[in-house]
Amino acid sequence: MKPQMITLHINGRTHYVALNPNLTLLVALRDLGYTDVKCGCEKGDCGACAVFLNGVAVNSCLVLAWQADEAEILTAAGLGTSEHPHPLQTAFSDAGAIQCGYCTPGMIISAKALLDQKPHPTDAEIRDAISGNLCRCTGYAQIIQAVQSAAEKMDAGGEG
Amino acid sequence: MQSEIELYRPQNLAEALTLLADYGPDGTPLAGGTNIVVELRDGHHNCKSLVDLSHLMELRGINQQNGYIVIGGGTTITELIDHPLIGAHAGILREAARLFANPLVRNRATVAGNLVDASPAADTAPPLLALNAEVQLMSQAATRWIRLEDFITGVRKTLLQPGELMFAIRLPVPSDRSAGAYNKVGLRKADAISVLSAAVMIELDDAGLCKQTGIALGAVAPKPFRAYEAEALLFGKVLGPELITEAARLAAEASRPIDDIRGTAAYRKRVVAVTVRRLLTKAVEVLK
Ligand SMILES: Cc1cc2nc3c(=O)[nH]c(=O)nc-3n(C[C@H](O)[C@H](O)[C@H](O)COP(=O)(O)OP(=O)(O)OC[C@H]3O[C@@H](n4cnc5c(N)ncnc54)[C@H](O)[C@@H]3O)c2cc1C
Ligand code: FES
Ligand code: FES
Repeated sequence: MKPQMITLHINGRTHYVALNPNLTLLVALRDLGYTDVKCGCEKGDCGACAVFLNGVAVNSCLVLAWQADEAEILTAAGLGTSEHPHPLQTAFSDAGAIQCGYCTPGMIISAKALLDQKPHPTDAEIRDAISGNLCRCTGYAQIIQAVQSAAEKMDAGGEG
Repeated sequence: MQSEIELYRPQNLAEALTLLADYGPDGTPLAGGTNIVVELRDGHHNCKSLVDLSHLMELRGINQQNGYIVIGGGTTITELIDHPLIGAHAGILREAARLFANPLVRNRATVAGNLVDASPAADTAPPLLALNAEVQLMSQAATRWIRLEDFITGVRKTLLQPGELMFAIRLPVPSDRSAGAYNKVGLRKADAISVLSAAVMIELDDAGLCKQTGIALGAVAPKPFRAYEAEALLFGKVLGPELITEAARLAAEASRPIDDIRGTAAYRKRVVAVTVRRLLTKAVEVLK
């Protein structure tokens, strides 16, 4: 089957790209330069490739790019800038929740999905929310701490 | 990634049914892709013409109609957790959804995809079996309802015919005198493939005797199944501890587990007996 033109709205920018039907959204995003979306296992196990697809957090490696035609995609880098980072981004770096950093973008997507629904999560709820995100460095404790401290800041600042 | 695939993106149900009719045995529905895209990546998928159902609104939603809870085939596992009708009438299905994979997968994975994939460990199957669910299969030519129990025929085998899709799943609204319990046993708490997935439903009559039961088990036989011998033992009786233990033993006897990396057959049988006993006990407690 021939490549088809699809439209992807990523972090507020619109891209028109010709893609083959067998390509995943993960590959499409990385080829477009959104390399904050990480490629880990490519089978749904690690969550490094997580993005928001029309507001829903998903593994981009399990979505075919054509299925995302016309969709709004938000990646972790799209949440903030170096000057105005998202509270989760600040909290992750402050709490030591980032070591190699490979899991961080996906963790932040899952954490934001949680905080959007539950602004005051328990530790257990955070654990469940990030259960599809593997981290091989931190041991998760700092990540949970980071999500808690971002939740507090977002509550105080009305940000996010 | 498999290189030669065709992917069609119908805009509505009628277009999807036409595509599936045209492609016949080569046509394969694609929903959340949590099974199919992994298979494509591994080069294990042999179907060339995928028909993407993930945008079809006709397949979404959960309603109550004529004494049934009707779940659209394209409903995601997350939607099962969040929907009040599931919470109110199908608590065991909600519990299975809550313990299913992880939030990222649950946001894509669909109920029809889980049942049509028909893995022995498909986690929506035991609660749906215990709730006497039926599935609605639709082609351009006809629509039919089949008992879920009959629909799954073996390891990843179902009665779905070329040209058909699973439009909906329905279950009779359980009576007020019924209660259920579910548990999934995995090798770890989160995001685990089931070593055992078990659901029970019991209904008592006005005299407190057992009127109806559903005891369903997944991951311990080639397909998820109902333990009818165990259910028959309970019928018409007061559900006391000894009877429950005996029913649990019969359920374990009915299971046909295999040795695999997640556990030995002997271990699984033992887990079935313990789990079914606990679940029946829990359901009886709720009705007290
Ligand atoms: C990391 C990970 C963890 C997982 N954990 C679990 C778990 O805990 N428990 C569990 O049970 N499963 C689990 N799965 C398996 C998978 O997520 C489920 O089976 C899921 O429900 C499949 O749904 P889908 O919409 O993604 O299906 P797809 O991959 O799109 O399709 C699966 C099959 O169903 C068919 N199909 C889909 N929709 C329809 C329809 N409407 N009509 C007819 N045929 C249809 C497809 O043709 C295909 O054969 C896991 C998968 C991954 C990647
Ligand atoms: S790369 Fe997508 S889940 Fe691992
Ligand atoms: S920081 Fe290295 S994998 Fe999480």
